[in-house]
Amino acid sequence: MVLAVADIAPRSQMGFSLGWHIVLACLGVGLPALVLFAEWRGLRTGDPVYRLLARRWARALGVLFAVGAVSGTILSFEMGQLWSGLMDHYGSVIGLPFAIEGFAFFIEAIFLGIYLYGWDRLSPRTHLLAGLPIVVAGVLSAFFVVTANAWMNSPQGFVERNGKVVAVDPWKAIFNKATWPETTHMLLAAIMVTGFVTASVYAVAMLRGRNDAYHRLGLRLALGLGALAAPVQVVVGDWAARYVAEDQPIKLAAMEGLFRTGSHADLSIGGVYLGDSLRGALHIPSGLSLLVHFNADGVITGLSTVPAALRPPVAIVHLAFDTMVGLGFGLLALGAWFGWTAWLRHRLPRTRWFLRAVAVSGLAAVVAMEAGWIVTEVGRQPWVVYGLLKTSAAVNPAPGVGWGLPVLLAVYALLTVVLVAVLRRMTRDIPVPVAPQEADAERYAVV
Amino acid sequence: MSAATLLLVVIWCSVTAYALLAGADFGAGIWDLLAGSGPDARRRRALMEHVIGPVWEANHVWLIFVLVLLWTCFPPVFSAVASTLWVPLMLVALGVIGRGAAFAFRKAVANRAFGVTFAVSSLVTPFFLGAMAGAIASDRVPPGIAAGAVLGSWLNPSSLLTGALAVSACAFLAAVYLTGDAHRAALHTGEPSKPATDDHPDVGWFRRRALASGVLTGALSLAGLLVTRADAPALYHGLTHRAWLLVVASAAAGLAALVLVAARRYLAARAAAGLAVAAIVWGWGIARYPQLLPGMPVDQAHALPATLHATAIAVAAGLVLLVPSLALLLALFQRDRA
Ligand code: HDD
Ligand code: HEM
Ligand code: HEM
Repeated sequence: MVLAVADIAPRSQMGFSLGWHIVLACLGVGLPALVLFAEWRGLRTGDPVYRLLARRWARALGVLFAVGAVSGTILSFEMGQLWSGLMDHYGSVIGLPFAIEGFAFFIEAIFLGIYLYGWDRLSPRTHLLAGLPIVVAGVLSAFFVVTANAWMNSPQGFVERNGKVVAVDPWKAIFNKATWPETTHMLLAAIMVTGFVTASVYAVAMLRGRNDAYHRLGLRLALGLGALAAPVQVVVGDWAARYVAEDQPIKLAAMEGLFRTGSHADLSIGGVYLGDSLRGALHIPSGLSLLVHFNADGVITGLSTVPAALRPPVAIVHLAFDTMVGLGFGLLALGAWFGWTAWLRHRLPRTRWFLRAVAVSGLAAVVAMEAGWIVTEVGRQPWVVYGLLKTSAAVNPAPGVGWGLPVLLAVYALLTVVLVAVLRRMTRDIPVPVAPQEADAERYAVV
Repeated sequence: MSAATLLLVVIWCSVTAYALLAGADFGAGIWDLLAGSGPDARRRRALMEHVIGPVWEANHVWLIFVLVLLWTCFPPVFSAVASTLWVPLMLVALGVIGRGAAFAFRKAVANRAFGVTFAVSSLVTPFFLGAMAGAIASDRVPPGIAAGAVLGSWLNPSSLLTGALAVSACAFLAAVYLTGDAHRAALHTGEPSKPATDDHPDVGWFRRRALASGVLTGALSLAGLLVTRADAPALYHGLTHRAWLLVVASAAAGLAALVLVAARRYLAARAAAGLAVAAIVWGWGIARYPQLLPGMPVDQAHALPATLHATAIAVAAGLVLLVPSLALLLALFQRDRA
């Protein structure tokens, strides 16, 4: 594992700003669906609690979307500012999904304007319809940007001669081998993040004694969304791992801390990877061979097959992978608990431990999602385009580029603090009535 | 027309759209900064917020669109510009964050700090975008990664003047548009006994600023031409030869806009002001075509044909969705703004 010190700042800057943007992007994908669902139920049932929920969520969405949009803009600057080598070399190949994404952003931003500002001007049905393009475009924009990342994992659809790209099939580049598992997994992650984060807001309020119809409904809707996605996510995660096993064996070896190639490879949980071996892990004999090949004799490639310089930082990748999977199963269990009680007893579990668990589930979903990206991105090192372009060759060599990192860290730290403060102030400035009436919903201004 | 040129035209149209639409949003922020305090100022700020609220995010996407098309269709140009000009780009990034976030926060929670951040970053962002344009136009961004001077490329007479010109043009556009908006707002709220809505203090306030910033923009443009002559001979040659008609058109449209504002023909003034700014953008483009960067004409800068064709098809399909959506948005919020 040789990490060039020179590019550590730009790499951290990219990783940091992506990791920040992705949280808002997840909410940008999932929250519109949640808002529309609440608005639709409110229309169907006339229940003011649904209608008030829809309005309050929409107001928060307006703020979150704006911050998501600006942090996304920063990313598009950075693609050239930091990774000029990548764009110079492969811009031709991976540009198209971004160009298509551009249109998705337009549609999202336009209809968000119509949806938020048209709340009291359009007829209820038209208004609901105006929200649909936001959902579709949000999903599409996440899909297309992740195809670009999938391409970096599984570069296809071009011919290279003497270090120059001489022919491209941009559609094949978009729909590469990693595309379907990665995009599906990401979209589900966005749904889980939205569901659990929103639910955790209500769980905290309920722990503080706000146990009314409004808070219970908010928790139920959001947690329901997360709980539905969690089991699917585990299956899709397995699919993603199978793709990795096939296409990026060294990444899989790093995820599992597997040094030697062989059959009967163990599934290793926990432990620390130090000096070419994993210490203190829980081993499930032949588990990995069984999971990947459904057969204990299946051979798994180990890290030793490539020189040390071509291995990713194993300790980080393994820890991140275990974190994601562990949290994934934890969230699955929480969702099952909720679903079980709701189905059998038509109510929420009564113990405070349930609310406490929901209160931390939002953070857990975000951490699982970030850990997943660390697996993907750090696990691909030292390559930025797997097997073709080293990260160190992709970075902008201009003097002083490293200064971007501290500046960005400071700005984003401030932005995070202010964003959280604003969201909290918004909920407190106009408190939720204990039993919302028609007029409470009507009077709550979305913008 | 080759696919590369076609896409270059699309990019340039998008630059124009960004300048005319987002430029006015920045301009509104600049007038917010200069609006002073008291109840009158509060009402004017509210008008501006009301006007840009529903549209600013959509207007902002034009910038993103330009960037993604540039890196898809002309990758070496994008990487040369972004790597050499990374410092002003970073400053634009800070401006973008400050403007967008503070605008959204200010609407949600009243706080002076948000207002100030919004207004200051509305000034900073167009300045550095303009400075970047000046750096490219004056041939200071050579092809290659980080091949130009990190500071000298944008700290020079052409860049600084273009930055100032961008700020002043934004302020001019915004003031012209807002005069019309204030006029309409006054029509809606004016008392029946006082039909002369131009007496409304807001209309006069914006009109005076439209005239002043228009004169300033004209003066800066003239100064720009002189600076270009000394500092960017290739651009000057293009502007005074191939693109002379556009330069003249810009000047004429700018003058017409001033006359129309003075004559209280606000709708026509809008068109003329937009035309004046668009003509500058296209004048620059036509003056330098086919050179994108010094020594790098279109046919050496474009991506592979398969990418260009796929992108052209995607753009055509996307426009079919985009144009009606955009029309819907503008129609909805232009009709009854007040
Ligand atoms: C809520 C978030 C979340 C949860 C609960 C899980 N994941 Fe995940 N995972 C992600 C969020 C995520 C992610 C952030 O969305 C990643 C990063 C890149 C990607 O496509 O998805 C990811 C990547 C990722 C990768 C790497 C793919 C690649 O490099 O191409 C694998 C192998 C898995 N995941 C496997 C799993 C398994 C077996 C899970 C079982 C519990 C699981 N994930 C739960
Ligand atoms: C949003 C979730 C993502 C997160 C949290 C994330 C995280 C990271 C991290 C931590 C690194 C640094 C890796 C290292 O240096 O060891 C990195 C690098 C990078 N990522 Fe991602 N990434 C994300 C998505 C994407 C996407 C969607 C793209 C492109 C379309 C992308 C492109 C890159 C590039 C170009 C680099 C720099 C080269 C490299 O270090 O691999 N990433 N990212
Ligand atoms: C996996 C990673 C990513 C996902 C899932 C994602 C998704 C999204 C979504 C859903 C939005 C909508 C606005 C919102 O609510 O926040 C958005 C905004 C944006 N994203 Fe990302 N994004 C990712 C990474 C990137 C990358 C790598 C770029 C850089 C090119 C980027 C550029 C943008 C831009 C420019 C916007 C603003 C668009 C607007 O104004 O609406 N994103 N992103």
